[in-house]
Amino acid sequence: MAKIESAFVDLSYLDTLAAGDSVVHRLDPRVKVVTTAIFLLCVVSFDKYAIAAMLPFALFLIVIMGLGGVPASFVLKKLAITSPFAVMIGIFNPIFDQHIVLHLGPLAVTGGWLSFLSIILRFCLTVTAMLVLIATTGFNAVCMALERLGVPKIFAVQMLMLYRYIFVLVEEGQRMHRARALRAFGRRGLDMKTFAHLVGQLLLRTIDRGQRIHLAMLCRGFDGTIRIRQQLRITGRDIGTLLLSAIVLIAMRQLNLALLLGQLLTDSLP
Amino acid sequence: MHMADALLSPAIGGTMWAATATGIAVCAKKVQKDLDDSKIPLMGVLGAFIFAAQMINFTIPATGSSGHLGGGMILAILLGPCAAFLTIASVLTVQAMFFADGGLLALGCNIFNLGVFPCFIAYPFIYRPIVGSTPNPTRIAIGATLGGIIGLQLGALGVVFETYLSGISELPLKAFLSAMLPIHLGIGLVEGLVTTAVVTFVWKARPEILQYSALSRPLGNLGLRKVLIGLGVAAVVTGGALSWFASSFPDGLEWSMAKTSGKEELEAPASGIYHLLAGIQEKTAFLPDYGFKNSGEEAAASEGTAPSWPAVDTGTTTAGLVGGGLTLALAVVIGLLFRRRKQTL
Repeated sequence: MAKIESAFVDLSYLDTLAAGDSVVHRLDPRVKVVTTAIFLLCVVSFDKYAIAAMLPFALFLIVIMGLGGVPASFVLKKLAITSPFAVMIGIFNPIFDQHIVLHLGPLAVTGGWLSFLSIILRFCLTVTAMLVLIATTGFNAVCMALERLGVPKIFAVQMLMLYRYIFVLVEEGQRMHRARALRAFGRRGLDMKTFAHLVGQLLLRTIDRGQRIHLAMLCRGFDGTIRIRQQLRITGRDIGTLLLSAIVLIAMRQLNLALLLGQLLTDSLP
Repeated sequence: MHMADALLSPAIGGTMWAATATGIAVCAKKVQKDLDDSKIPLMGVLGAFIFAAQMINFTIPATGSSGHLGGGMILAILLGPCAAFLTIASVLTVQAMFFADGGLLALGCNIFNLGVFPCFIAYPFIYRPIVGSTPNPTRIAIGATLGGIIGLQLGALGVVFETYLSGISELPLKAFLSAMLPIHLGIGLVEGLVTTAVVTFVWKARPEILQYSALSRPLGNLGLRKVLIGLGVAAVVTGGALSWFASSFPDGLEWSMAKTSGKEELEAPASGIYHLLAGIQEKTAFLPDYGFKNSGEEAAASEGTAPSWPAVDTGTTTAGLVGGGLTLALAVVIGLLFRRRKQTL
């Protein structure tokens, strides 16, 4: 309960961030969606021991976060909350892959630990990329961009509707839950029968609400087709940014920049 | 249950994306054509309802731990498979984007695991035949519980295979299966029982809702078959295309091999033996790019099958470490600079 409540505080916080104004915010949402997709594909296509080669991608994200005003503390908190799945699966790598591949002084590092670190790094990069996309674009704009990029309109509308009513229904559910808790005299847990009644009741209210919304839509001339008011306009600057970031990302994927930098440095030293 | 991007390979992620996208496209067409208008807002609010319902935890009998509703079966029962699939897909997309539950690339897998199985397997083949067009509490209980269990078992199976085939995790298939399936048997049972309880409540309070949803949408056999065939074809085509792509373009490992050996000796045709070799190499080669050698027994095991690694100078290792450290330091500095600038503004 507490977890979900805080998650919804985050939801509105993301909206607040998305309402900001910056170089990144002003880009066309389609550009940002496509760039994010390229970014994700580049990161996940690294081989499973890659670590150093992935670090430039973190640099890319940090630059975008800086330009777009996305606070690092928020992203780090999100990463900490959502990391258990990746960590739980990844932690088996050091157990099953015990070949020593590297000696750092007295410390022997196994392949498993390297691939585990690689998984954690991938996790951080992919999750951050997604958060940055939403925090600089906003969900509605992402949905419109998706619709323009070929996602079926009814699905885009479904996501917009869902997002519109999450807040309403979560508040309704919270009210019901609180009302029960206040009358439960210290019984903390919710047994299944009460749960079913509570959720069933919420479901009935939801269905009624759906009918009311439909009537309201009919009153406003809804005839079965859905129209989204498009405000997206792509400019030369958008296309330039897309090309530039695509080139940068692919270059980072193909050239191990961290290694090159290190070589440059170690070679220049006597 | 939500898979993460970090554990997926692009080929698996892409394949599942294509399958799911086809599913969404087919369902969207069907919903737009067949569904009456009033279902469009209903899908939206029911999706939001799933979020609200997941917020409320209940105590699982006899264990003391708590669980919450998954919701796939309830949506399928109330909306029918196609509309429910779209709704689940939208719920998962919002979860991925806002709560970072699973990732964007993993979204294809997640929608497949949590959407396709309840909507296109558990509902039409288990719930519908058992419940029929005249629901009563016993039938609802059996149908929803069985549907919940089987839907979730298939979903867990999906998670295991997608993770295993991606090859990022080292977890052996058998261990993974024996961990995931029993856990999800329990979760599925609870999900089934909760679904039963909620659906029975709705049936008692407002039977017309279930009657209506059972009658108004006779499940067109054709439609369902189309969806399943579409999903299959998309998966096969993309999987094939991606593996061709992967074998004709040097991937990270081969690219790094070519780099360390200075030769493009690995541009072999994508024949069976090549794949076998590549597989063995993948198992035996550790960090060619970073300048590590095989450990003794591995080299012995792969003797005669895999080309042995050229001795690489340890300079590359140092360079990798130094470069990585520098990149990190650079990242921190840039981050701090942006922060300073923000504060002074």
